[in-house]
Amino acid sequence: MARESSFKNMTLTLFVITFVSSAVLAGVYELTKDAIDAVRIRKINQGIAEVLPPFNNNPSDTDNVHKEFVDGDTVYVYKAITKERKDTVAAVQTFTNNGYGGKFVLLVGFLADGTINNIKVISHSETPGLGDKIDPAKHGFSLQFHGKNPETYKLAVSKEDGDVDAITASTISSKAFCDAVARAYAVYREKVMKKGKWDGNTGATSQQ
Amino acid sequence: MEYILIIIAAIFVNNVVLAQFLGICPFLGVSNKVTTSLGMGGAVVFVLTLSAIVTYLIQNFILTPLQIGYMQTLTFILVIAALVQMVEIILKKVSPALYQALGIFLPLITTNCAVLGIAILSIQKDYNLAQTTVFSLASGVGFALALILFAGLREQLDLTSEVPKQMKGYPIALIVAGLLAMAFMGFSGIVK
Amino acid sequence: MGRKHRRNVSTIIKNMLIMKEKIQIVLKGIFKENPTFVLILGMCPTLATTSSAINGLSMGLATSFVLMLSNLTISLVGKMIPDKVRIPSYIVIIAAFVTVVDLLMAGYLPDIHSTLGIFIPLIVVNCIVLARAESFAAKNGAADSIFDGLGIGLGFTLALTFLGFVRELLGAYSVFGYKLISGDGIILFILAPGAFFALAYLMILFNMVKKKLIKK
Repeated sequence: MARESSFKNMTLTLFVITFVSSAVLAGVYELTKDAIDAVRIRKINQGIAEVLPPFNNNPSDTDNVHKEFVDGDTVYVYKAITKERKDTVAAVQTFTNNGYGGKFVLLVGFLADGTINNIKVISHSETPGLGDKIDPAKHGFSLQFHGKNPETYKLAVSKEDGDVDAITASTISSKAFCDAVARAYAVYREKVMKKGKWDGNTGATSQQ
Repeated sequence: MEYILIIIAAIFVNNVVLAQFLGICPFLGVSNKVTTSLGMGGAVVFVLTLSAIVTYLIQNFILTPLQIGYMQTLTFILVIAALVQMVEIILKKVSPALYQALGIFLPLITTNCAVLGIAILSIQKDYNLAQTTVFSLASGVGFALALILFAGLREQLDLTSEVPKQMKGYPIALIVAGLLAMAFMGFSGIVK
Repeated sequence: MGRKHRRNVSTIIKNMLIMKEKIQIVLKGIFKENPTFVLILGMCPTLATTSSAINGLSMGLATSFVLMLSNLTISLVGKMIPDKVRIPSYIVIIAAFVTVVDLLMAGYLPDIHSTLGIFIPLIVVNCIVLARAESFAAKNGAADSIFDGLGIGLGFTLALTFLGFVRELLGAYSVFGYKLISGDGIILFILAPGAFFALAYLMILFNMVKKKLIKK
């Protein structure tokens, strides 16, 4: 049925098949590249727009992104300038390794004075029905952080003398959530609030 | 400490078979006897670790620099297939005894999705070479552990219990696997 | 006139016979050789991607797509491939189609792509695809191979969708994302052990139905 196998035709067949497959893949990759890039950028921008008040720059533009390596992973800071008050705010993509199911990633929006505006859950592997209540789509847990300033609001569960009401039966997930937000705030305070007048901000104020 | 966390997470909390559903086919197919599952488990630990290391090197020194990440699936599966062949040939020459024990399982490993799955997962998790090695080794051990435990349970099941006619074969095996998965769920949360 | 008419009738009958044959190939994949319940192949995605009906459906369709394309290609070029490099060649062809599906989904169905995650590239080691290439496509013509891919793919898709439907119904009290009853559901069915249990009981059900049909 199939052809005789000789070294020559075996090598040739494999080479031709691999070559054609690679060529096809390269073609499909070129065709889909723009769409895939667009999806990635849209996802980031959507998240930023959700957690921050209206802004009129492009926070995901390379100039506005700051990467900070902490605790073995990267925290991303997306700086934005608000439309109304023209002050510098930022969405901080943060993480924790202490979740019940391991790592989870949040996007926290901070206002100029450090107040938490909104929090979005990017990814997690917490137990459905228990720990996954950290997601505002499932439960109101994360809403209690809105409008609080971590300077005065202690980011720890009430069992540990903090100000956060933990999710019933999911203390580990709740503690991990606080850990992630605290990490985001630490980076935000160091890199945005303390520096205060980063280039974008000074530019905006001098124009007024 | 970090490595211990990776090891415990890969063996118990996110067990390849029972929590991530990688390598279910050999898990259900091969594991009737403890002795055979020991052989299969050993072969998988070996191939899985080796292929994760080789694919890590290929990803970071060939695919990423050339920006042909889309060739990942194709390259990885070819590398794994070639690696399995090579291990088979070398084993046959160097240690006929070991080849006798593991040999028949080797061809099956190419299509064991745990091998390709762990290789891709190590890349996705952005592990470095040391972490990849530890992670893949631990995942292989997790696979072997689940396989051997499951084989032991099924041996007992064949010996002692009367299984309803409709449940014989795969259905009862799946239920036993489900119970085992439930037992492993008890481990989640130990890596806080 | 009469002869011409007779010839037309005979071509129609012939076409109908061919069609019946093709339909039988498709039906065989759905029921008699159902990949999930009878052949017990491709168990990893079956268990891993069926936490909801829509996930099961998308995984099934992605696999069917790969299956049809790889069956077609292998039935066309299979005879030119030397015997000894048969399997590696098939794997390369399958891997190429899997990557095509992966890229297309990443670009145009990003949400499903991120839920199915690693199980899209893993279609390449799904035993169903390689098994059909080796046992059917390499020996049969292009048309039959496509229909075989369609049948087996549909059988796989139906099984996955049904399993996802059952798990979602019990685990989240919802159907295709629409909540039927408020509340959390029996969460176990969404978690790993529930996948094993649900598949075990569906398998029993399938065997019972099959036995009844055969008796008739």
